[in-house]
Amino acid sequence: MSDLFTQAVFIAMVASGVRLAVPLLIASLGEMFGQRSGVLNLGVDGIMLLGAFSGYYAVLRSGSVWYGLAFGTIIGLLLGIVSAVIAVTLKAEQGISGIGVYLFGLGMSDLLFQKLVGTPVPISSFPKVQLPLLSEIPLLGGMLFRHSLVVYLAFVAVPVSMWVLNRTTFGLNIRAVGQNPESADSLGVSVARVRYATVIIGGTLAGTAGAALAIDLGIFQQNLTNAAGFIAIALVYFGAWRPLGVMAGALLYGLVNAVVLQMKTLGIIPLAWSDIAAMVPAIITILALVVVAQRFRPPAALTKPFLRGT
Amino acid sequence: MGYLVPVAAVVAALLIGAVILLRLEADPVDALGVMMRGAFGSSNALMNTAIKATPLLFVGIGITIAFRANVINIGGEGQMVSGALLATTTALVIPELPAIVVLPTVLLAGIIGGAIWGAIPGALKAYYGVNEILSTIMLNVVAVQLMNFLLRGPLIDPAEIERGTRIPQTERLIDSADLPHLLGKLHIGPLVAVLFAVGAYLLMWRTPIGYRIRAVGLSQDAARYAGIEVRRTIVLAMTLSGAMAGLAGAVLVFGSESHRMVTDGSTAGFTGSAGFNGIVAALFGGLHALWTIPASFLFGGLLVGGLAMQRAVQVPSALILALNGLVVVFVVSSDRLRRRLLARDYTGRRAAPPSTNDPPGETSPAEAEANER
Repeated sequence: MSDLFTQAVFIAMVASGVRLAVPLLIASLGEMFGQRSGVLNLGVDGIMLLGAFSGYYAVLRSGSVWYGLAFGTIIGLLLGIVSAVIAVTLKAEQGISGIGVYLFGLGMSDLLFQKLVGTPVPISSFPKVQLPLLSEIPLLGGMLFRHSLVVYLAFVAVPVSMWVLNRTTFGLNIRAVGQNPESADSLGVSVARVRYATVIIGGTLAGTAGAALAIDLGIFQQNLTNAAGFIAIALVYFGAWRPLGVMAGALLYGLVNAVVLQMKTLGIIPLAWSDIAAMVPAIITILALVVVAQRFRPPAALTKPFLRGT
Repeated sequence: MGYLVPVAAVVAALLIGAVILLRLEADPVDALGVMMRGAFGSSNALMNTAIKATPLLFVGIGITIAFRANVINIGGEGQMVSGALLATTTALVIPELPAIVVLPTVLLAGIIGGAIWGAIPGALKAYYGVNEILSTIMLNVVAVQLMNFLLRGPLIDPAEIERGTRIPQTERLIDSADLPHLLGKLHIGPLVAVLFAVGAYLLMWRTPIGYRIRAVGLSQDAARYAGIEVRRTIVLAMTLSGAMAGLAGAVLVFGSESHRMVTDGSTAGFTGSAGFNGIVAALFGGLHALWTIPASFLFGGLLVGGLAMQRAVQVPSALILALNGLVVVFVVSSDRLRRRLLARDYTGRRAAPPSTNDPPGETSPAEAEANER
């Protein structure tokens, strides 16, 4: 057991936990905007998968990780628009239509991968950027400040999301539309326009998250996300619809996964027991869902399509 | 007119499939022909289709029950796994008895395993206001890890340890737990599934239990006013829904050609995504157990035909999964249109906008919670 607690191993483990949290954090922040405006987009995992494949494929073709990240993001944007049409304009049942988007993304990303790539070819990953001075801090420097640009941006997105939600007119409109669309509508806020914006933000960030995941791992395979998109949705509840809570949930998942990986590499536990360890975040999430359901109210209009005059 | 909307959804999905095939430089007409022949063109093909349709039908039956209660059970994958695990464990410990004793016992174990995995999110929703979509998703994650743990650890075939290959699978299960075969490779699974579909139809539309489940789905307030135990009914609907998925998992194990439970580390590796595709079949069947029978057969055929297409024209069968997703999107997106058309069919005039409480409706946990208090 002592291997787990040498300082170098510990720092590396926390650092990898922070890194593993990033795709969840990006996707979850995006989903949070949709939910705050009253739209539960269950298709996140499907969008992440297509974003992941697109990002991977673009890196494979261009050699540039930033090109890949951008391409995955654009695919996410397009799928966000489609999701918004389904949820807002067509007013489809949100709990189910997202499953359709998920199945489409799962099948389509696999199909495209098999047809366009075939055998998995590794790609280059994001370059590490050591932040001057900060990365020299003992312990913390190695854990937090020797990551790629994507990691820093994802964590910067947390205060930015807080500011947008709580300090801007757009954020006020999002919250109004999610709590009481009728009142917002009567005050001249376009419910449809706000929800389009939030669902598109969610889709775009899901695409970014997928591409970030694939490029970070440097590989694509069938079902690469392994339900990460669904976990991202649960983390929005876990975090009680607040950016800081969402970040805490993403870090919990990232760190537990890092510990499991570390234990596997060091051979501390037999392989079978690592499966039990991997269950822990899901069980914590279920317990957190119970606590959150007791203490916090979800946006009142969540999953309810807006019909004028009803 | 209204009844044609789901059919139009499939046609639209197939058209998009044709466009994708063209982009992949495959001939869509050719591919469709191969698919149809592969799925329905011979007795062998029909048997494959019936076998593939079986888990879809079991899961679909469960979905018609849960969705009618306005509970969105998307935990079919996890419930299949938990049912299969309990059934497999039972088959591993049960002594060699006549099949007439063993088979019902192990299938019942599958039902119980799935029922437990359904009852948990049901109770969390009914008594704690936890959104069932999220809890069922998380329980899918727990189930897959539990499967990997058990099949790599306690339940692994001792021969795998001896050989050092460590393939995560059980030993060959006892013969008396094999599903009897009706004809060639066709086992009794499809027949059992159809019987359960009829049973579910009778339960939902001819018994007080079904009436209560549907009443809760239509309006919790009205149901409560009528003296129905809303919370208990929600738990019951989820338990029944999970039980059907659990049976699907058990039938997958005992009807498999290897007669073992095997994992590749993912849920889809075991279930073939039947936990999700069963939702597609149930929606296509209008959340009606009897209509879900032909719907499952159709989607089972698409899956079998997809494999034939993969072999013949080198288009990955993942295309079928993508098209199933489109069918779901189209069916639920056109739901309002369909209801309007149906209402017009009955009354001959334009109907009022549909109420938001129609099944499968949209009750947020907050609302459910508020209703409870």
